[in-house]
Amino acid sequence: MEIIIFKIFLVLALFLLSITIAAYSTFSERKVAAFMQDRIGPNRAGPFGLLQPLADGVKMIMKEEILPASSNKLLFILGPAISMVTALMASAVIPWGPDITIAGTKVHLQVADINIGILYIMGVVSIGVYGIMIGGWASNNKFALLGAVRASTQMISYELAMGMSIIAVIMTTGSLSLGNMVTGQSGWHGMAWNVVLQPLGFLIFLICAFAETNRTPFDLPESETELIGGYHTEYSSMKLGFYLFAEYINMFLSSAVISCLYFGGYNFPFMDIVQQNTGEILFAFICFLVLMTKILFFIFFFFWVRWTIPRFRFDQLMNLGWKILLPLSIINMLITGTIILLNQ
Amino acid sequence: MQSLTNRSKLVSNKKMTLSERLYIPAILAGLRITIYHFFKKKATIQYPEQQKIHSKIYRGKHVLKKDEQGRENCTACGLCAVACPAEAITIVAAERKKGEESLYREEKYAAEYNINMLRCIFCGLCEESCPKDAIYLTEIVAESNYDRNQFIFTKDMMVEDTETKGRIDVSDRRNGIRQGAV
Repeated sequence: MEIIIFKIFLVLALFLLSITIAAYSTFSERKVAAFMQDRIGPNRAGPFGLLQPLADGVKMIMKEEILPASSNKLLFILGPAISMVTALMASAVIPWGPDITIAGTKVHLQVADINIGILYIMGVVSIGVYGIMIGGWASNNKFALLGAVRASTQMISYELAMGMSIIAVIMTTGSLSLGNMVTGQSGWHGMAWNVVLQPLGFLIFLICAFAETNRTPFDLPESETELIGGYHTEYSSMKLGFYLFAEYINMFLSSAVISCLYFGGYNFPFMDIVQQNTGEILFAFICFLVLMTKILFFIFFFFWVRWTIPRFRFDQLMNLGWKILLPLSIINMLITGTIILLNQ
Repeated sequence: MQSLTNRSKLVSNKKMTLSERLYIPAILAGLRITIYHFFKKKATIQYPEQQKIHSKIYRGKHVLKKDEQGRENCTACGLCAVACPAEAITIVAAERKKGEESLYREEKYAAEYNINMLRCIFCGLCEESCPKDAIYLTEIVAESNYDRNQFIFTKDMMVEDTETKGRIDVSDRRNGIRQGAV
């Protein structure tokens, strides 16, 4: 019973965390953008502009809700709903810290430690494409449709290379569970991170993560300069807000997955020494903070790249995905397999 | 042929090397530039709270000067209106009546002195042409407005309010014009 209450509490906490991080990502995106362009950025709402997400949210809700007359009403509403729900669902398998004891039983600090965690994430993220595709199609607008077609093409293309690079990690870990993948990286005093063992795989996964979240340089689905707003051209009010929000939650999720797969999740250098000297709850809390630091760094990295690299052309995008990343990820898989075979 | 700026670069169509085709060194170099700007001092001036320090000879809103006894200098000679390249100045002259000696310095004065601030280019030719030391550009920034009609600045908006606000110091511009520096 206590465990169920704890899990419900965890779900709620995770929901709030995702929403808060997404809201403050919008703020910090603007802030980081401004800083990188030698500006200051929003600083009027509250101290340092910290209430800006609130103001943006109020603005989004107060705006007029427009359903285009020629749109398919049901699908038009379904689009952002799918995007938001899948974005929120996927973080359920992220391990937030080592096991803690509650009412005498060991509990994973994870909403659901299913043994196919990484497959679950891949699956849920793939459903997210439907949100964009349906939204773009239902808008009955050529820009929205073009954006939606671009989004689905891009996401399907890059999912392949992403999956292949994950397979290499699965081969070294021997498990599909994210919890096992993270605990598998706790060797060498918590420094046996997969990024050391799989540098090429990490690079491929990172590039694919950018493409999957529709972030620059892969933001072709919503490229404002070419397609007005891409798939969300016709959207207004909170439905638009949901699309934008889902993108930021996806970014949070991608950062969490990158941290867990390649940067040791909640493992940190000399964690075994820290573990011996601190209590269980405190240690779990430190681990959680370490993971959050890694996630926040990668969210920052997303912003950082956005203001560095310009957008790809569509044929360049397809070339990179199919002719470079996919073969590279297969080669990476082959090398990993050979090394594992030779070590046996 | 000699180039104008010495900044032109020769373009070559050579094949890219492997490290260039990987793009990763170039991307890392780009990331280094953006993070350098991230920590750089910001150029923003938080306008209403902070204000940019103008140069001493900044050309802002006009002032119609009065002399030491508080009499308007302007005699409505119209030289400023003639000198104005944007044709922003219109003057209606009037004759000084008996009893107005404390208001106007000479026998003729400007009954109306309008500057259309939408036309004005703040070149300062009006003050250079003025023989009576009557018009100067000040450091005050000409205020913005939502209504086009409000941009025609009338005499009462520009004449020095010596009683309540005191005199506006234009000595830097006056000296600058005399030395030919402005």
